[in-house]
Amino acid sequence: MSHLFFGYFAVMIVATSILVVALKNPVYSALSLLVMFFHVAGLFVTLHAEFLAAVQIIVYAGAILVLYLFVVMILNVKQDDRYHSQWRIAGFVCVPLLIEAMVLLSGGAGSRATGTRAAHAPSAEAIAPDNTLAIGQTLFSTYLFPFEVASLVLLVAMIGAIVLAKREIGEPDSASPMVHPKGAE
Amino acid sequence: MTIPISYYLILSGVVFLTGIVGVLIRRNIIAILLSVELMLNATNINFVAFSDYFRDLGGQVFVFFALTVAAAEVAVGLAIIIALHRSRSSINIEEFNLLKW
Repeated sequence: MSHLFFGYFAVMIVATSILVVALKNPVYSALSLLVMFFHVAGLFVTLHAEFLAAVQIIVYAGAILVLYLFVVMILNVKQDDRYHSQWRIAGFVCVPLLIEAMVLLSGGAGSRATGTRAAHAPSAEAIAPDNTLAIGQTLFSTYLFPFEVASLVLLVAMIGAIVLAKREIGEPDSASPMVHPKGAE
Repeated sequence: MTIPISYYLILSGVVFLTGIVGVLIRRNIIAILLSVELMLNATNINFVAFSDYFRDLGGQVFVFFALTVAAAEVAVGLAIIIALHRSRSSINIEEFNLLKW
């Protein structure tokens, strides 16, 4: 049964991620990325990470993707019909990597990696039934300093985004430069 | 009946490679940022799979931090895209070659 769920989620994740890259229209790419986020959240639920599944949907699908769609709608980009001329380099890099990954994983999948999980587990305490409580306790005890650093990263990113995206005072509206032709003098 | 960890590794490897291909071949900057999101999600799948495998919550906490970095990256990246679109009125990656060799 768990294999069935994993198969469904894996197939959907791979298919939608390929669609993200292959679709020409950025809006469709963003929407298929939305479907992928939901399936990744489902995969997290099967991996006993319920809190992260909720956060994945709220933050990724709710905030980040809406931001993407917002910018796509603002910029009103024409869809580009061609891929980058770099696609040969992309194939040259990625096909050997893919083959290498397949060889490595097919060699290791049969013998070592399929061993029982309990044998590899370093006898730590089992993941608590209340996933959110356990994550909170870990986050605010062991990982307190990285947590503060993460808040600093968010603050810097917020200030940087505001500074980058704001218009200079007195700068003419470049989105409609022909409205005020006298302003260029 | 548990799923072997190598399945998760293959899945996240395939998603990560898809992201790399997207970064290399797309010409729209927004699509490139979406591909970067794909790569971040591939690492998140890896983190959570190993967190379940080793019964250690550190992996899930790191997914939390990766989420933070992804949010910061999106905010700054989209601000840069808006600034670029304002100055050049284009977001085609091939028109921005000032720092290319």
